[in-house]
Amino acid sequence: MSYLELLKLASPEAIVVITALVVLTIGLTTGREAAGATVSTARPTGNAGSRSSTRSAALCAFVAVLGLAVAIGAVLMLPRNATLFGGMLVITPLTSLFKIICIVLAFFTILLTTSEKSLRHRGEYLAIVLLATIGLMLLVGSEELLMIFIGLELLGLSLYVMAAFDKTDLRSAEAGLKYFLFGSTSSAFTLFGISLIYGMSGTTGLAAISAKLATASVQPLLAVGIVMTLVGFAFKIAAAPFHLWAPDAYQGAPVPSAAFIASGSKVASFVVLGKIVLIGFAPVHGNAAWHGMVAGWSPVLAALAAFSILLGNLVALAQSNLRRLLAYSAVAHAGYTLLGLVAGGRDGFSAALFYTTTYAITLVGAFGVVGFVRHETGGDDLSNFSGLCSRSPLMAGCMAIFMLSLAGIPPLAGFFGKFYLFRAALQASPSHGLLWLVALALFGSFISLYYYLMVLKFIFVDKQAEAGADHRSVMTDYVLQTSAISLLAAAVLLLGVMPDILAAQILAAMP
Amino acid sequence: MIAWTIYITFAGALLLLFLPRIFARWIALFTTIGGLALGLAAFVCTPIADLAHFATIVRVPWVSALGIDYHLALDGVSLTMVLVTGISAVSTVLFSWDVENRQNEFFFWLLLVVAGCYGVFLSANLFLLFVFYELVIVPKYFLIAIFGSTNKEYGAMKLTLYSFFGGMFVFIGILVAYVTGGTLDLNQLAQFQFAPGLQSWAFPVLFFGFAVLAGIWPLHTWAPTGHAAAPTAGSMLLAGIVMKLGSYAGLRVAMNLFPQGFQMWSKSIAVLAVIGIVYAAAVALRQSDLKFVIGYSSVSHMGFVLLGLATANVLGVSGAVLQMFSHGVIAALLFAVAGRMIYHRTHTRELDALAGMNLSHALPFAAFTFVIAAAASIGIPGFSGFVAEITILIGAWKAYPLAVWITGAGMVLVAAFTLRALKQSFFGEAGSGVVRLQEGRVALDPDWNEQQSITAAEKIGACLLMFATLVVGVYPKLLLDRIMPAVEAMRFLKSGG
Repeated sequence: MSYLELLKLASPEAIVVITALVVLTIGLTTGREAAGATVSTARPTGNAGSRSSTRSAALCAFVAVLGLAVAIGAVLMLPRNATLFGGMLVITPLTSLFKIICIVLAFFTILLTTSEKSLRHRGEYLAIVLLATIGLMLLVGSEELLMIFIGLELLGLSLYVMAAFDKTDLRSAEAGLKYFLFGSTSSAFTLFGISLIYGMSGTTGLAAISAKLATASVQPLLAVGIVMTLVGFAFKIAAAPFHLWAPDAYQGAPVPSAAFIASGSKVASFVVLGKIVLIGFAPVHGNAAWHGMVAGWSPVLAALAAFSILLGNLVALAQSNLRRLLAYSAVAHAGYTLLGLVAGGRDGFSAALFYTTTYAITLVGAFGVVGFVRHETGGDDLSNFSGLCSRSPLMAGCMAIFMLSLAGIPPLAGFFGKFYLFRAALQASPSHGLLWLVALALFGSFISLYYYLMVLKFIFVDKQAEAGADHRSVMTDYVLQTSAISLLAAAVLLLGVMPDILAAQILAAMP
Repeated sequence: MIAWTIYITFAGALLLLFLPRIFARWIALFTTIGGLALGLAAFVCTPIADLAHFATIVRVPWVSALGIDYHLALDGVSLTMVLVTGISAVSTVLFSWDVENRQNEFFFWLLLVVAGCYGVFLSANLFLLFVFYELVIVPKYFLIAIFGSTNKEYGAMKLTLYSFFGGMFVFIGILVAYVTGGTLDLNQLAQFQFAPGLQSWAFPVLFFGFAVLAGIWPLHTWAPTGHAAAPTAGSMLLAGIVMKLGSYAGLRVAMNLFPQGFQMWSKSIAVLAVIGIVYAAAVALRQSDLKFVIGYSSVSHMGFVLLGLATANVLGVSGAVLQMFSHGVIAALLFAVAGRMIYHRTHTRELDALAGMNLSHALPFAAFTFVIAAAASIGIPGFSGFVAEITILIGAWKAYPLAVWITGAGMVLVAAFTLRALKQSFFGEAGSGVVRLQEGRVALDPDWNEQQSITAAEKIGACLLMFATLVVGVYPKLLLDRIMPAVEAMRFLKSGG
């Protein structure tokens, strides 16, 4: 194994790293000058300074987007299958597909930053987004516990910074701190769990662990290891009762950061969690069927799922801030997605991945609209959304698509995702053993329709509180963002009408 | 060809989003007329023999990952439903001719509902059917919440949640059928032998899930509230077609897939149906709001549909289908009079207030329409309501003689509340004569002369509906010849039925 070959196989990651460095350099050289100019000189040149800083921001964004596009190209050039260092870097159709999905999500996140006025130090911010993207790609493309942990940490640390990036906003600091405290604790759990598993099986490669577990009986220590590992991931995907960071992080973090936390981080975490439980812990699957509960990880995940669905949906009912509402609904959606993993098998895993991908696309779009409204009215409470449909019919329509997709209304992606997921769960165990979980999930989505409709009620039915005096045309400096959001809405609709585009891809990529 | 009813309606809805508002109502009108014309063309052109079984019209692979086809099919039952959808849709658009507020949006939601209904009636794939079925729910919410009147947000939310609540059970039932039967194709599933144990619980889950939308007692309360809150077009569509989605799907899916389950539960359905007929009629007798009266009457009439389905013999079920058609037309007519012709001009639906206005002088055409609608609703021979209900009752006589007696009593109540509503709204007491009339006139719009006359659009719409109920009433063979063979082909019939 020569380094050249390694570089070739890791080229997408390498490209993103280089892009991150370039963006950082650009931000450092041009951004600082502009900032210095504005500070040192008086009024007359201030305008010119801000213009040059916008230009540098645009340049940073452009380079970042370009780098991501090249990285997608590099992923497409990868060989179909490869395994390096006992699973540290794995290339399969599945990992390639999800690397692309992660990159695309990062791409849209960066588009959302373009009109975020409150973000200073644009270059650094974008560089951190790119670093987080590398974390996602490492997570997706590894089947080895150590590497997974490194990916998790790289992602986590970047996200903490992203959450706290808006230094002028107290809430952002709170979001960052909360996210950091919970996140680091859960990382400790994961690391502890991983070390226990390593101690029991003598290896960190998932396939090797699986082989070991198949021969040995389940010992208490191993059970502790498994549960601890799951706890760490439950935190990442914000499954109850490990969701406490989510509302504050979603609400306080700058909009693009929240979008990225809700989308990219979640997709990658589900891919990895699926790999760990379905490959690594395959022999201790257990059974979550109502009458035939057998100890293993699947009853644990089923309990997490049930609790998340109930708690997320019920608490979301009481929210008056859209971002908090989305956070609690995210808890519920994590619960639905877990159903696919509980079901297991090719079908269950691909259903979970389809669901989480469409969910991520939807949420990036929804946060885009939140950013738009925030920009326009200065807040993101539900009341800020009232009358959106007369102010910007396009954004209102997109938001309707996103919310209804989350609620699972056909013909949108969320509906098909749910159908696929529940069908996989029902099919997984003989004589409809998982029907209890499916019924619970359906009941959850019934509850959720109420609060999603309330959001739409504010947008479409309620009149605007008062005609804003500074009702400037926001659309003009939001062209890039609105077109990105419309694109996402179109994607949600398309994936609902023709789900085969993605579902068949995922299914074909399954090992 | 008839599949194009779905496509042109969706296309019309999309067009509405992009074209300026001066075109809005014309697009809506032409789209719905197109749908009706296609339905009529299919009615005329398709040989009756071809309508005896659920024959495929379109079938293309859709989601290969799950083996789902885009599969449409047609038989006599679905053709009847497509026809009533077309008729209601056209008249609905005509009765919303002067909607001023957010016109494009209004017709957009309206056409979505119509397209979804066409879709449900033509689907031969369970997944597709459910997609269309749920697709109808959300547009209804917006139609009511944005454009409605009394207590609109509450009514809209209640209706949506009830529908979705039913949808949740339907979802479970469909998944169970799919996972057990291994396919989503309705014709294939109808051949599959489900274990009796499974049928015994899967049938009620599926059927009652659908029946929520059909307004089955005791889950009917969304209907009067929703109807009262909805704009006229909304109530016409809701009562006219959307409620039929529930009973149609109950027939097409639940009863066809789980015949043994159906046999176990048919008695309970009949009991609930009879309670619904009598109870809703009794409640309607005490309502003071005209729209509530009609809302409860819808529940009562839908009770007949459910009773017909529960008989499980050809006459009863065919009568139920005929009743779906007939009530679709009559309910639309009743709501058109109450919501459009009366409320739009007097701004009240309180029967007491209306009684003082003696509207039969001010609005003779409306009075005429309402008399016809009331006669059809009560079941006077010569109108479709009579044919449908008598067929149902003959069918029910074989299965549940007791139910026929109770229902007969219920029909007296139906006549009572309908006549009461008719008398109070149009033929107020003559005793106080001129003074009442004067008072009434004061309460009406100041620009009496311009507002008062019934517009041409309203006249055309009303005539269309009256024509439909008369034709079917006078010559029911037209529909029954197409419905009965299709029903005979279904497998849940009790032997010798």
